[in-house]
Amino acid sequence: MASVSMTVNGKAVTGDVEPRTLLVQFLRENLRLTGTHVGCDTSQCGACIIHIDGIAAKACTTLALQCEGAKITTIEGLAEPGGKLHPMQEAFREHHGLQCGYCTPGMIMSALDIVRRNGNNLDEHTIRDQLDGNICRCTGYHNIVKAIEAGAKAMAK
Amino acid sequence: MSATGIGAPVRRKEDFRFITGQGQYTDDVTRPGETRAVFVRSPHAHAKIKSIDVSAARKMPGVIDVLTGAQLATDKIGNLICGWMIHSKDGSPMKMAAHPALAATKVNCVGDAVAVVIAETIAQGKDAAEKVKVDYEVLPAVVDPAKAQAKGAPQIHPDIENNTIYQWHLGEKKDVDAAFAAAKHVTKLDIVNNRLVPNAMEPRAALADYDAGTDNLTLWNTSQNPHVARLVISAFIGMAPEHKLRVIAPDVGGGFGSKIFIYPEEVVCLWASRKVKRPVKWTSDRSEAFLTDAHGRDHVTHAEMALDANGKILALRAKTIANLGAYMSTFSSSVPTYLYATLLSGQYNIPSIYCEVDAVYTNTAPVDAYRGAGRPEATFVVERLVEVAARQMGIDPADLRRRNFITAFPHQTPVIMAYDAGDYNASLKKAMEIADVKGFAKRKREAARRGKLRGLGYSTYIEACGIAPSQAVGSLGAGVGLWESAEVRVNPTGSVEVLTGSHAHGQGHETTFAQLVSERLGIPFENVSIVHGDTDKVQFGMGTYGSRSGAVGMSAIVKALDKIEIKAKKVAAFMLEAAEGDIEFKDGKFTVAGTDKSAAFGDVALNAYIAHKFTGAELEPGLKETSFYDPTNFTFPAGCHICELDVDIETGRVDIVNWTAVDDFGTIINPMIVEGQVHGGIAQGVGQALMEGAFYDAAGQLVTGSMMDYTMPRAHDLPSFHVGLTETKAPSNPLGMKGCGEAGAIASPAAVINAITDAIGTEHIAMPATANAVWAALQKSQAPKAA
Repeated sequence: MASVSMTVNGKAVTGDVEPRTLLVQFLRENLRLTGTHVGCDTSQCGACIIHIDGIAAKACTTLALQCEGAKITTIEGLAEPGGKLHPMQEAFREHHGLQCGYCTPGMIMSALDIVRRNGNNLDEHTIRDQLDGNICRCTGYHNIVKAIEAGAKAMAK
Repeated sequence: MSATGIGAPVRRKEDFRFITGQGQYTDDVTRPGETRAVFVRSPHAHAKIKSIDVSAARKMPGVIDVLTGAQLATDKIGNLICGWMIHSKDGSPMKMAAHPALAATKVNCVGDAVAVVIAETIAQGKDAAEKVKVDYEVLPAVVDPAKAQAKGAPQIHPDIENNTIYQWHLGEKKDVDAAFAAAKHVTKLDIVNNRLVPNAMEPRAALADYDAGTDNLTLWNTSQNPHVARLVISAFIGMAPEHKLRVIAPDVGGGFGSKIFIYPEEVVCLWASRKVKRPVKWTSDRSEAFLTDAHGRDHVTHAEMALDANGKILALRAKTIANLGAYMSTFSSSVPTYLYATLLSGQYNIPSIYCEVDAVYTNTAPVDAYRGAGRPEATFVVERLVEVAARQMGIDPADLRRRNFITAFPHQTPVIMAYDAGDYNASLKKAMEIADVKGFAKRKREAARRGKLRGLGYSTYIEACGIAPSQAVGSLGAGVGLWESAEVRVNPTGSVEVLTGSHAHGQGHETTFAQLVSERLGIPFENVSIVHGDTDKVQFGMGTYGSRSGAVGMSAIVKALDKIEIKAKKVAAFMLEAAEGDIEFKDGKFTVAGTDKSAAFGDVALNAYIAHKFTGAELEPGLKETSFYDPTNFTFPAGCHICELDVDIETGRVDIVNWTAVDDFGTIINPMIVEGQVHGGIAQGVGQALMEGAFYDAAGQLVTGSMMDYTMPRAHDLPSFHVGLTETKAPSNPLGMKGCGEAGAIASPAAVINAITDAIGTEHIAMPATANAVWAALQKSQAPKAA
């Protein structure tokens, strides 16, 4: 067992983990933050996307120990403490960008990284191209693309 | 229409928990003292188990127990079953091989579980699983359904000759042969409907918890139909009496059919929990999902269509070999028979149809219903034949379709189904307008200037949903009735809970069902909760598949609401001191006809429970009603999808540039949700047509065993879709609903292949039409232009 410390959604956390423990296991099992999902275990589907120091990463292929001292944001950390949703969360609801909800946390975390990299005025081609690391089996992406475009714009306000 | 009533695009109630990471999927549920199950699976497609040595595994850290198939048999845990009896044309019953949850003597596909390790953690379980020594005698395997019946093919199950499960047929062969003999034109096609892996984003999972104090077992699992799971696990597998087993299917991350079935892992978790007296959880990793989730499709078909000189279809015949894999999954027998051949009339008036289906075992994962289940296979056969026939006869494909559309209803097809309503010309016309078919030639010329071959493909599909009248499916072999139940509980404060036997795993029932109740009772949408997925709460239900939750599940709610209104009027009559017959109910208010005396719904609810205005002899207190609704017919959603695409001459790459879908789903409760269902269905159908395919090598190894090898559509593979609607009400249910969940997946593969073959000028191309396959076809059909 090894000790690991990081900041998750603004809170300092420490845990004892086996060295092989993945970040997604640490989040889900040790911290009980179950909003981050595992969909494929080969880094293909993006259901596990979280932010490490503000940059999107796949928590299913990141060791917990690699995140010593890092600032992690998960889907549970997006809404304001008072409960007000992040504009990207609102946009997914407003544009029916989810059905079963399983890929959704990863989609939203990935969408925020697309905005970080490309700004708030996103066209359809850019969104579809940059969403390459996320798979959704329910929506056919049509409404996810609309949600990300609208969410990005709302974030600029 | 109110802002939250029927027809309004209400935003979904369920979304808040999902967008904030607070959904509760099976793997998110934990129980105190929980252990983890890790399965030891066969690396061979076909082998005898000579011995299993678990002694080293037992000594590994964190291991609580290691269990094998021999112990399962000793404990008399029953086999998994297929619940739909099909009889061969000679009258003999289908041949269902034994399917133990853990193989004890022989494995029949890669991934067949032979033992399970119960450990404190997954990591410890995996370490120990590697120490389980299994001595196999490897046998030759057969994976190709077209070779499974051949002389000398490896026999998979004892006493099941030629690996043949049944040889079934439907229709009048004599009539069809006569029509073909007289036909001016015959179109013939050999079609493979490619094998697919459903790949719901949430992998299957099961958490079993045995309570020794009460002898009760609870199972959380990823199920589309928890009551059916409980029934099968109790009555056939003998795990526990039905009243001692609770099954909870919480949030479920997509199903597409693959979570209908009862699987070995949930049986083993229940059994193991009772043995180790602790909760046991198993969560599939994606590799296990590829190997063990029931796959879809996998048909090999020869089909022929006979036409007269004017392009009028005279007859259709098809011979299909359906691969059902190593074992018969829960409803697998029904998919290539009654869900397939019964739809071979398509939208067309075809006087005679004959279909033969041989179902075979192979050394591959079981195959069962996947989004559309039989109907995509039928649509592909019909729509490809129609398209090829039109081209061969020099008739415009849309025109040939029009010449053959059924226009009078009801219409009895030669293959069981009685279509009750539809307007196929309307959906074709509207789709052609939205797709701007008139401007296609100009766009094709413009694309050619950019080195692209542009193609346009139609698919005018029909499906049978609202599954289904119990008596009808019983006569066809179903082991269950396919009604649905609803219980409407009105609380004393006037809020309402609806307990439904339908199950949502992405469809948004918490929203659409609440819209129905809100509109009908005139109460705020927010005051309605939908409860589903727990056998301790909902008395019984048949679950969600076959696009049945609207047509059947919501009809059950309507029937229960009818009863609520009757009872509430009795209460209101006492409150308002009027005759029951004089009470009118509208917009949430009970009024004495012709007076200004009224009572709000909430007041009536309260009075039903406080019972101060009537005696027990006059009326029972309370306001709760139940209905079991059995449909009187299938419903028949239909429509037209048009795919326009570019083929790159240099690479064979296909880009879909425009997709038009015009569907007739009958009454629509929430157009936003319906459109979402259409989008998702199209994506899966396009996936089948262009990129998805499960491939086994000759030894039975799944070559496409991960998301790195099995290609599913990503955002950049698809365009935005143009979705339109036409409407004819379904006459068989009170709301006039038809169902929308599968249409996209049913319609789209044929539209894509019709468009590709239109673009490159070939008669047919096999699915998945990858860039490589299209490029190879181009080399044959076009003057060589690529290196």
